[in-house]
Amino acid sequence: MRAAFFDWGKYRDSFPAISRAFLLNVKIFCIAEAFILVFALLLAVLRSLPGPVFFPIRALAIAYADFFRGVPTILVIALLGFGAPALAIDGIPTSTTFWGVVSLVLIYTAYVSEVYRAGIESVHPSQEAAARSLGLTRGQALTSVVLPQAVRRVIPPLLNDFIGLQKDTALVGILGSVEAFKQAQIEVSADFNFTHYLVAATLFVAITIPLARFTDWLVARDRRRRLAGSLT
Amino acid sequence: MSLVRIEGLRKSFGKLEVLRGIDLDIAEHEVVCLIGASGSGKSTLLRCLNLLEPVDAGRIVIGDEEITARGVDVNRIRRGIGIVFQAYNLFPHMSVLENVTLGPRKALGMPRSTAEAEATELLARFGLADKSDEYPDRLSGGQQQRVAIVRALALKPAVMLLDEVTSALDPELVAEVLNVIRELAAGGMTMLIATHEMGFARDSASRVCFLDDGVILEQGAPAQIFSHPSEPRTRQFLDRIIAAGRL
Repeated sequence: MRAAFFDWGKYRDSFPAISRAFLLNVKIFCIAEAFILVFALLLAVLRSLPGPVFFPIRALAIAYADFFRGVPTILVIALLGFGAPALAIDGIPTSTTFWGVVSLVLIYTAYVSEVYRAGIESVHPSQEAAARSLGLTRGQALTSVVLPQAVRRVIPPLLNDFIGLQKDTALVGILGSVEAFKQAQIEVSADFNFTHYLVAATLFVAITIPLARFTDWLVARDRRRRLAGSLT
Repeated sequence: MSLVRIEGLRKSFGKLEVLRGIDLDIAEHEVVCLIGASGSGKSTLLRCLNLLEPVDAGRIVIGDEEITARGVDVNRIRRGIGIVFQAYNLFPHMSVLENVTLGPRKALGMPRSTAEAEATELLARFGLADKSDEYPDRLSGGQQQRVAIVRALALKPAVMLLDEVTSALDPELVAEVLNVIRELAAGGMTMLIATHEMGFARDSASRVCFLDDGVILEQGAPAQIFSHPSEPRTRQFLDRIIAAGRL
């Protein structure tokens, strides 16, 4: 068993190739994350619009979140990654990686919008009232007062979702994009030694840990700045 | 001519009728104190005046404009009416200076440098010059409430509404906030003040209104209300305040 899973020689041999493939995971992650942060915030804001006028928009936002949180990620990736290019319509990208990113953005936007929404709802209504009492519009109150506080509060759960996203970039491998997991699979199929999977696993963990520490630092810094000198 | 005119104001929350026909005129430079038990409608009246609560019936006229009319620009109206809340409601993610300059910058479109210069001057006037870079959580309750007053003043409102601004404060911090209000009154600021500080109302108000169950039951000069209330309900309320050692 030791030879099949922890072969140091095999580890060293496949490390460079899998690391190179892992760069694609990082790329997918970074591009997807940028879109998710923006779209999810937009979705959360739409969902928090008050009054009966905005009911259709709220309903659509809720339907979106329910649907994309309910469907398995791998299913959406397969559907779009195999399906969209198969349509062979002019102007529709045929890159499987492109459709992998689109799938991840669709799914994680739904998750992250829920996190943002929890943050928005945790800001006491008196904060918005104070902002409006100064003559700020609803939009100004949202961007200057509510959202900055909401986002600060949800940084830890946001990171949680991004670790999930980082891991799910491996699912794009099923489309044939050669990312770390796919590359490891290729190596494994060549010599039936599973150490190559371990290489991919260490790479994923290696990027998660700094991400977690960075978030801790962000949260601590914000807390320090607001409370420095006081007893709490 | 009165600066604020309230006519037949009514407001319900569901089945609960909180304001049942309020009529009140406030002249320029007048300091009107609203007294009355919790739940008598003091806070709701102030929130209606700032259009934070839509009114069900009646009119509010400020200057020569009816602010309860349909289609008025509520943001423009609110800029002319300062309100200070019981719980301060400062923005915890902003420094004192940012709290004070937010209104002028966003609502009035004032350049940052001008807004900061004016805010610094106001903060200095109220003894908060050295606090401008602090965050609200680092200040005492009294300091926070003074910042909240300065934040409202930064928009140069025509009238200030104060909603039990000392109720959340430790007793030893009440005086510093009341002194600020006295200074505003001395400077001619028109104010409507909901308060439980009867001593303050007696000494500083030009007029005292006793609110009971959503109506102004009795109003008059402080000396008259506190020494010779004509309504039994007013007397009852004041007796309880005296029994509690608050007057």
